[in-house]
Amino acid sequence: MAHVHEHDVDENAGAEQRKAIWRTFWILLILTAVEFLIAFTLEAGPLKTAIFVGMTIVKAFYIVGEFMHLKHEVKSLIWAILIPCIFVVWLLIALMREGGSIFDLR
Amino acid sequence: MAATAQPNVKNVWLGGVEPMKASYGKLMMWFFLVSDTFTFSALLVSYGLVRYSYPAYAGKVVDFVSSPTYWPIPEKVFDALPFLHGLHAPLVFVGIMTFILIFSSVTMVLAVEAGHRNDRATVEKYMLWTLLGGATFLGCQAWEWTHFIHGTEGGTVVKELVDGSWVSKTIFGANLTENQYGPPAFADFFFFITGFHGTHVFSGVVLNFLVFYRTATGTYERRGHYEMVEKVGLYWHFVDLVWVFVFTFFYLV
Repeated sequence: MAHVHEHDVDENAGAEQRKAIWRTFWILLILTAVEFLIAFTLEAGPLKTAIFVGMTIVKAFYIVGEFMHLKHEVKSLIWAILIPCIFVVWLLIALMREGGSIFDLR
Repeated sequence: MAATAQPNVKNVWLGGVEPMKASYGKLMMWFFLVSDTFTFSALLVSYGLVRYSYPAYAGKVVDFVSSPTYWPIPEKVFDALPFLHGLHAPLVFVGIMTFILIFSSVTMVLAVEAGHRNDRATVEKYMLWTLLGGATFLGCQAWEWTHFIHGTEGGTVVKELVDGSWVSKTIFGANLTENQYGPPAFADFFFFITGFHGTHVFSGVVLNFLVFYRTATGTYERRGHYEMVEKVGLYWHFVDLVWVFVFTFFYLV
């Protein structure tokens, strides 16, 4: 055949990566299952919200870091993606305060 | 030769270097995703603003009844399953949808990994699984919307001010102006946020199909690399990531 690749067609190539992918999958699945449990066992309140937000950030870390491979990119790329997200945190804090204020005035 | 060791000359941009050790396409995809993050954040944060401007339901969860005067508890709104009419299964369907999307993200990253090895058959196989996952998710969302729009059998009785007097009327389901589950704003955000996300899933399925087609017809094999799978993969994982946030802030909290 004309298609002769210089890459090795070794069956074991990428086995490490595939293991990491499935490991990430199980972490995401278990975290989602635990979230599901907490939704029905814990009383609504600041603690429950904090747990959900924390678990969501952990899930986001695994999706962005492993699936999107950002963890293995160069530092400047990682920061170029992460630093702009500070604006989202600012918007969140500002608008949540605003929402509370509208509630008080209504 | 320049002192910098470039493993693959094709990766070098026109300026002769490779900024951030990423190809042009991949870097631009990342920057697009950052801008998309802002769009979705704006939608979810506005949801938070409007939610906190309404009173929360104060009573016990078991005694919950829908009313336009306070914000609903999501598990009391999203508790239906297809083919199982009348069964109270809180958040089960949306849990299944979350699983489907996470799984299709896994098959996508497996396709990317196979692409690194130039393993055409495996890329094809996993792209097909990813397509199946995306299409199933869209189907689930169509059902969820249909149920939300049609509402429950009993509906909710609300009082409205018509020509200076209060009139009782029963509302079934939700649209952009009326909502049996809670304040109309709750339905508006449901349609906008899940709708905007669903549009992203749809575009993702279209892109995934194009990648599958070009893999199957050997375009990437002739090109010598499967970077397109990687770029579309980034987009697909982002769609999954957004759903993780929608799941938490719309359905759980």
